[in-house]
Amino acid sequence: MQGIITWGTYLPYRRLDKSTIAPFVGQGGGKGTRTVASFDEDPTTMAVEAARGALRGRKISPQQLLFSTVSPTYADKTNATVIHAALRLNDSVTALDLGASVRSAVGGLMMAARSNVTTLVTSADIRTGLAGSAEEANGGDAGAAFVIGDSSSAPVAAEILAVTSATEEFIDRWRSPGSVRTKVWDEKFSEVTYTPLAKAAWKQALTDAKVSAEDVAMIAVASPHARVASSVAAKLGVARVVGDVIPTIGNSGAAHPGLLLASLLESSEANQVIALVSLTDGADVIILRTTEHLTTARPTPSFDEQVNGGAPLSYGKFLSWRGMMSIEPPRRPEPQRVSATAAARSEKWKYGFIGSRDKTTGSVHLPPLRVSVDGQRTDDMEDAPMADVLGTIATFTIDRLAYSPSPPIVFAVVDFDGGGRLPVELCDIDIEEVKIGRRVRMTFRRLFTVDDIPNYFWKATLVRDN
Amino acid sequence: MASHGIKDRVAIVGMGCTNFVEHWDLGLDDLVIEASNQCYSSAGVAKNDVDAYWLGTAQGGMSGITLSRPLQLDNKPVTRVENFCATGSEALRQAAYAVASGAYDLAMAVGVEKTKDSGFQGLNAVPPPNDGTGRTLTAAAMFSMVAPAYAKKFGVDPDELREAIAHVAWKNHYNGARNSRAQFRKEVSMDTIKKSPKVAGDLGVFDCAGVADGAAAAIICRAEDAHKYTDKPLYVKALSFVAGNGSGLTNPEYDYTTFPEIAACAVDAYAQAGVTDPSHQIALAEVHDCFTITELVLMEDLQFSPRGTAWKDVLDGRFDLKGQLPVNPDGGLKSFGHPVGASGLRMMFEAWLQLRGEAGDERQISTDRSLALTHNLGGYPGEMVSFISILGTQLG
Repeated sequence: MQGIITWGTYLPYRRLDKSTIAPFVGQGGGKGTRTVASFDEDPTTMAVEAARGALRGRKISPQQLLFSTVSPTYADKTNATVIHAALRLNDSVTALDLGASVRSAVGGLMMAARSNVTTLVTSADIRTGLAGSAEEANGGDAGAAFVIGDSSSAPVAAEILAVTSATEEFIDRWRSPGSVRTKVWDEKFSEVTYTPLAKAAWKQALTDAKVSAEDVAMIAVASPHARVASSVAAKLGVARVVGDVIPTIGNSGAAHPGLLLASLLESSEANQVIALVSLTDGADVIILRTTEHLTTARPTPSFDEQVNGGAPLSYGKFLSWRGMMSIEPPRRPEPQRVSATAAARSEKWKYGFIGSRDKTTGSVHLPPLRVSVDGQRTDDMEDAPMADVLGTIATFTIDRLAYSPSPPIVFAVVDFDGGGRLPVELCDIDIEEVKIGRRVRMTFRRLFTVDDIPNYFWKATLVRDN
Repeated sequence: MASHGIKDRVAIVGMGCTNFVEHWDLGLDDLVIEASNQCYSSAGVAKNDVDAYWLGTAQGGMSGITLSRPLQLDNKPVTRVENFCATGSEALRQAAYAVASGAYDLAMAVGVEKTKDSGFQGLNAVPPPNDGTGRTLTAAAMFSMVAPAYAKKFGVDPDELREAIAHVAWKNHYNGARNSRAQFRKEVSMDTIKKSPKVAGDLGVFDCAGVADGAAAAIICRAEDAHKYTDKPLYVKALSFVAGNGSGLTNPEYDYTTFPEIAACAVDAYAQAGVTDPSHQIALAEVHDCFTITELVLMEDLQFSPRGTAWKDVLDGRFDLKGQLPVNPDGGLKSFGHPVGASGLRMMFEAWLQLRGEAGDERQISTDRSLALTHNLGGYPGEMVSFISILGTQLG
């Protein structure tokens, strides 16, 4: 039986206080906060981080990788192959993007549930809108990842009992590809349209799962319309609804159903029936039963830890990071586009953060070397995967002149546990936080984009106690 | 295998150097024409007397034609060289070896950079196509990591270190104010230096060398022919070069308080020249003061001060114009700016003036000692090239 083997979520570090919007724009905003992806993050990097959370410390070899987002970085070219490379998955793994609609994300989960191979399902989204819009205030940025496979291949934390859908064509939320503005019809229309679809899919799911609504311990309803979500949740006959995180992190579109499913799993106990209902262009229902492996499958950091973490970001930075407001850059040349051939040759280093370790001396080299540092031996090296190795700041500086999409650059010389040094940019950090001796971990980022080529590589970020 | 050097086998017999400023009205061709013509005139030779040329330019143009076309050379061999910020020194090094080998009687090294046509601040290297994983920091940021590491290792109070590196800037501007070829010709107060806006780390604007356009040139002949051209030749005592292997960027043992490539280069240079007590045998040193903290650390790597003590020697005025060992008496990169291909030869031009007693009353140092050292580096802490020359007025 297919089930969820493990999962991970990723919430970016920054939070926008929505009350700062109206004083600037004259409208919009509201109470609470929302998550904001950094200038150097995109849905691909957030999916990588969520998947790293799911896979860290586990020997799982997915056979296929699915990725959904409403705002893909590449069109034509597959984004999932970047995730595949950053996760150092086997070459034999199929890596696919699903279509650029919110529904594709929950669709990935359903496809994996109905398949017979181990699937890594990732989704991530960056939500914004015009300044002062409801979309801007109510959106959020996040990533989620699930490994779904058969219980014979690995212990599952939750068995999938039923997967059902109810589909209908209607226009309630839409935008053209590339546009920042999502448009909505009357929310009442959405409510009256979604409610019967949700009821139909729910009824079928209960039947398929051979459970009654009373048997379901907890439910999560994901919908871009907050009003529809709460209204439908109240109508399904389940006593408990998973905690509402939207006032803190916002609604992260394609990532949102995954976040709610993770929240369901992390707040459930073993041997409980739980259900996810997703309402976008129809209704999709997944009913699961948790197992005794639930507790050991919980990822670090947990979803709750991330919801409660984070640090504030000014509205001006938010606008500039989303490209809604142009900020004067340093008067330095902008970077060149990445060479496709050079990047292909250094795939293991650039995407996988794999250095080399001298087989004779054990010394670690970042980037990898072919010749030993004493100059004596050639190709006497083995791979040194360093993405999950922690490091310590040996020294640092702040560069106020160098080109950056969001200056100044905070930069440190990082010494890794067990050997290896890399001078590398820090991210998600306030200048006063950087100190010699602080611990850092590596995170996958998009450094800049030139000629429509995103330059993916790794940065270091502080290890913070939540 | 050894580094034998070519002590006393060749001599510099003519030099030229343009003003180093923002030459909005002069292009690269104009700069090389001016420096070269000064140089021919200084050596008393005609253009066609020079047998071979080495052109140092980091980004001014490709191939020897960058020099042969503006000078309209008549079927001469011209080699363009590049070696980071030591490019100008490298041109002279190659010209000197060519003459020492016997291949040519007269060779000329020309260094030039036209930096101010980019429209950007600072120097801007154009990297080859790459995988996008390299550092994109400014040189200021890379060198700014040295000051806190130095203060920590040697237990120097950060305020005292701040005072010492400000003194380096103060000294070099004091000297540059007395040099008609310098870009910045005003003395700058310690207060202004210390309060200047930060560029990177704790390095402020006045801790950083400026940028300028400029060119300089030197003519080399065999030592035994030197007096055919001038009564006061400068004999080449040592030419040393080290290209580091970048290990400081990857080796956790590197602590950012020294530049090992330069320390190794100095050992080689002193051995070539037979110098055993550098700070008492050398009359002046022209060093690569790209940043104030760089010059301070160089005083130790060049063996002028014991480890951990250069900051005291700087504060004591030991390297001031009237100090025991004047460093950058021409004003250095601080006062000149740094046209990459020209700076190494500009340093030698100061050695040429000072050792021949031609630096002018305001700047002339004592010529009791007959050796000058020029030092040029390129790259960053941890990944660097280093050049050192030792030049002298006496054979033997």
